[in-house]
Amino acid sequence: MSGVLVIVDQRAGRISRTSWEAVAAARHLGAQLGLPVSAAIVGADTGALATEMASRPIANVVRIEHPLLAPYSADGFTLALQQLIENERPTQVVFAHTYQVRDYAPALAARMGQVLIGDVIAIAEGPVFTRQLLQGRLNGTYRHTGSGPCFISVQAGAFRAETPDEPASQAPIKNFTPSIDPAQIRTRLGEPFRASSQTVDLGSAQLIVSVGRGIKDAENIPIVQELATALGAELAASRPICDNGWLPMERQVGSSGQTVSPKLYLAIGISGAIQHLVGMKGSQCVVAINKDPDAPIFEIADYGIVGDLFEVVPALTAAVKAAKG
Amino acid sequence: MKIIVAIKQVPERDARIRIDASGKWIEESDLQFALNESDAYALEEALQLKEKHGGEVIVVSAGPERIGSTIREALAKGADRAICITCDDLATRDALGVAGLLAAAIRPENADLILTGLQSEDLGLGQTGVIVAELLGLPHATLILHVEKTGAGVTVKRELEEGWFQTIELPTPAVLTIQSGGNKLRYATLMGIKRAKTKEVRQLAASDLAVDSAPVVLLEQVTLPQKQKSTQIVSGTPKEAAAALVEKLKFEVRIL
Repeated sequence: MSGVLVIVDQRAGRISRTSWEAVAAARHLGAQLGLPVSAAIVGADTGALATEMASRPIANVVRIEHPLLAPYSADGFTLALQQLIENERPTQVVFAHTYQVRDYAPALAARMGQVLIGDVIAIAEGPVFTRQLLQGRLNGTYRHTGSGPCFISVQAGAFRAETPDEPASQAPIKNFTPSIDPAQIRTRLGEPFRASSQTVDLGSAQLIVSVGRGIKDAENIPIVQELATALGAELAASRPICDNGWLPMERQVGSSGQTVSPKLYLAIGISGAIQHLVGMKGSQCVVAINKDPDAPIFEIADYGIVGDLFEVVPALTAAVKAAKG
Repeated sequence: MKIIVAIKQVPERDARIRIDASGKWIEESDLQFALNESDAYALEEALQLKEKHGGEVIVVSAGPERIGSTIREALAKGADRAICITCDDLATRDALGVAGLLAAAIRPENADLILTGLQSEDLGLGQTGVIVAELLGLPHATLILHVEKTGAGVTVKRELEEGWFQTIELPTPAVLTIQSGGNKLRYATLMGIKRAKTKEVRQLAASDLAVDSAPVVLLEQVTLPQKQKSTQIVSGTPKEAAAALVEKLKFEVRIL
């Protein structure tokens, strides 16, 4: 069968938002190529999710079910999907670019002699897939030239999840039972845990001053702390600042930290790699201060100052204090 | 423990990027290069494991001649020896073609652990370690912050999204991709830099490794991203710009 197969993830018993975005990307690709779109759900108990998925406008839903598919393991998912793909022979396989997909999809593609085109942000005629390079400074366009299925994963937020219309006629649901031997699952996974109780809730902050690599040294942190205090803002940071221990991990914004949507997000010395942007692009107003006019943060900033943060930030602190009287 | 660390040399983070004449990659002639950051964390994890349990740390890297400087840096930080795979077509190989080279060089070493950074700062594919594991037939885990040796293998701390973590037990040999931030990075000491000069760097040519280099995905073109928003750039001296920005925060954004 030629067609587009989208692999749907669940999170806390629901189909994840990123999976709905992957479904939208798969439908976009299917429409472009004139191919039907099927969805596959992998797990130990997929019934409810399959029913929900079947109400969407897709050709059919496959439940890939096996007791060894919960919890997730790279070995289990790779085996199960390889068997399904060899059976169904889709021409395109679409994933959401989540940490879980990044853990197994490259191995799955390689096992079938293919290469995953990961973190795709756009799909043009061809199909030609766009992904970001050099921490968002460049875009690259990729084309699949292999003879087997084309594997892609789509970046969170790049495709808009469709809201369902009137329930379409239920798509047919079929079951697929992969053959997996317990010995083939080589890793043992523990329950997810949080490192410490989160005492800083950046998610509800109205004003955030966030600091990145441009601050250069732990001893310079007070410069931005003073601005945050003057504004009455929470202090946040990009990952490298927390990696270095200059601010606690709980102040990290981005894919591995908190997701924020304040009225004002003031990004200081933050270049704007995608891992950071996904955590703050819902902010109402983004102000960037950076010495590099080509920094990707300026692509999403409403206001920008191109300059040396060590001069601009103290001046801004003074101006805020003066304005507040 | 015998630990292999696969490292990559990438353009320095602040480097000014220009697209080259072919439109398929960037102009490299005037760039400075550095060790990929998450690979530096992979090397640090390997060095700490060796300090605790003994053994050997071997770095492996593929690329053009310039990667020699990054290999020497890793040796200066404490790696015992290196394997340098010289290949000038790294940019046109896909992830499978690059992982194939690394796997071919790694296989005969029969290491207990193979570490690499979770992704490169230039291509950002985040696939090399996972594909190397697949090609070597080894179990793997990704986004690892901490590695603990156990009787039969390793227990690792994996980062999940939104501040969650998970513990994973793997038998060795295994492949781990390392997330940044798990350890504090060391600097090379003067003594280390001196010693690095006497350490073994085995040179391999990509052509000796009998790895298919024909890509199944092609990077056709690179372009500058389009702006998503029209940014108002506030200019002037720092003092003028700060005053003008405060005006905007007051009257346009209305948060002051």
